[in-house]
Amino acid sequence: MIDTENVTCDTCAAPGGVVDASDEASRSWPRVDIEANPYKADFPLLAGNPGIAFLDSAATAQRPAAVLEAQTRFYETMNANPLRGLYSLSVEATEAIARVRAQVARVIGAPSALDVVFTRNTSESLNLVAKSFAPTVLEPGDEIAITIMEHHSNLIPWQQAAASAGATLVYLYPTKTGELTDDEIASKVGERTKIVATTQVSNVLGVEVPVAKLGRAVHAHGGYLVVDGAQSVPHMPVDVEAIGADFFAFSAHKALGPMGIGVLWGRHELLEQMPPMLTGGEMIDSVSEQGAVWAPVPEKFEAGTQDAAGIYATGAALDYLVNQVGYEAIQAREQALVHHLMGEITQLPFVDVIGSIYWDRHHGVVSFNVRGIHPHDVASIMDMDGVCIRAGHHCAQPLLTWLGVENLACCRASVAFYNDKHDIDAFIAGLKRVWSTFNG
Amino acid sequence: MASLYTSTTFMDHNAHPDYKYEMDGATHEHDGINPSCGDELTLQLRIEDGVIREASFTGHGCAISQASADIMAELVTDETVEEARRLSGLFLAMIRGEELSEDDFEDLDEAAELRDISHMPARVKCAELAWRTLDGILDEDAA
Repeated sequence: MIDTENVTCDTCAAPGGVVDASDEASRSWPRVDIEANPYKADFPLLAGNPGIAFLDSAATAQRPAAVLEAQTRFYETMNANPLRGLYSLSVEATEAIARVRAQVARVIGAPSALDVVFTRNTSESLNLVAKSFAPTVLEPGDEIAITIMEHHSNLIPWQQAAASAGATLVYLYPTKTGELTDDEIASKVGERTKIVATTQVSNVLGVEVPVAKLGRAVHAHGGYLVVDGAQSVPHMPVDVEAIGADFFAFSAHKALGPMGIGVLWGRHELLEQMPPMLTGGEMIDSVSEQGAVWAPVPEKFEAGTQDAAGIYATGAALDYLVNQVGYEAIQAREQALVHHLMGEITQLPFVDVIGSIYWDRHHGVVSFNVRGIHPHDVASIMDMDGVCIRAGHHCAQPLLTWLGVENLACCRASVAFYNDKHDIDAFIAGLKRVWSTFNG
Repeated sequence: MASLYTSTTFMDHNAHPDYKYEMDGATHEHDGINPSCGDELTLQLRIEDGVIREASFTGHGCAISQASADIMAELVTDETVEEARRLSGLFLAMIRGEELSEDDFEDLDEAAELRDISHMPARVKCAELAWRTLDGILDEDAA
């Protein structure tokens, strides 16, 4: 599957992009046939709407039929409230959740399934760490370090945690292309740093953050590493042990699963020392008039009836992602797609790419602006051609402020393996149409 | 939907907003903000004897918010406060997709170009910004 036609200059500078001294152009990219699309038929929404170029997977992924069927199958064949029932249907539902817990653990390299907590989304997972764990370790005067690239869900919880503990929130600033230098890490992560919380992949710049390096830096001073994996799990293999994470969060819905299921993995001893954020049903061992004994981890953090069907469907999503398609194929195809997209977009003199001009820095995500045209107008005009892109602040206002992006808004195209060359070409044609609409 | 961005009137108001300037001697001023787009607008009016003698705006935002503000400023200039309030009511009803008569559309003049916004729910707030800001001034004035 070699695409010999898909050759564009790797090293030519983009008219609007930023060239940083630390950047080195990559010379090669996976030669994947992105003209063909062996995956589209598995996705009912994409198969049923051939006129749509869905380039907003960083916001939420499309779902394969296997996931939708699993959701239905749960209700049709094993529906009962998990955990409490003593009859076989309920036992089956309970076992289904346990199997997905184990599956999640395998996917992210967690040593024990019992340290996988199901939440509603990444935001809730990170809030659980900031609200329940952070107060157990933070003292007044301590520091929490996060990068300026954080999504609001890995930012606001830390503002709150810092404020309530009398701690300081410190920002790690990358180069303008999103690279965190060793000097920056050394100058921001030190003795007072109790927590480093970072995204693994930026949802705006698309860069991969050196999380393992940040882990070593914070561990050297006895602190903890919290990783937001919302943008990494859908696109690259993750190993929480290898990166030295103490907590790791992601959402099912960006990884082909249903909306409303999030994951928090944490080191067992840390989860043990944390109080629950929510209390109530299914999270206790025993209750008296004046007190209660919490259930063991992870049930301690899963008060109330879980979205069991959603968890079951999450299992189907991870199975499709990891076993049926596989990270190797996902990475190769997505890199080929981004390579083509970057090769084309950097030819457009009226587009400013935000972040690196080099395709291999963009892990599925390319943000940009069309000169003099508001991002929302760009997205509305693209929508007329069925091209779905995101426009706005991408829940990263501090980053856009720091980058000096006009209107605190930009456009973002993000790809997944189920995209193809036609999607990218429709996107590029759409950009040309946007420009000619405003400039005759 | 395609017709909005291909409307010469609409695109002209965006590219060359005649009413986008800071006014001397404004009697009323109000800020409007649309947090979802980051549109920011300051509307200034000079109202004399119940008539809007001059209307202008400053700020920045998307084409829809800018063109809508310019069209509105032109429309309400030399209208009474009551008439401006009525026109604003008509415009907001149109944007919400309510049925308007041919006379109503005629009264809205160029503002009727924005009727397609009712099919673009994501952009309703952009189109409404200037008009809601106008309502803010007129309500304040009445109080």
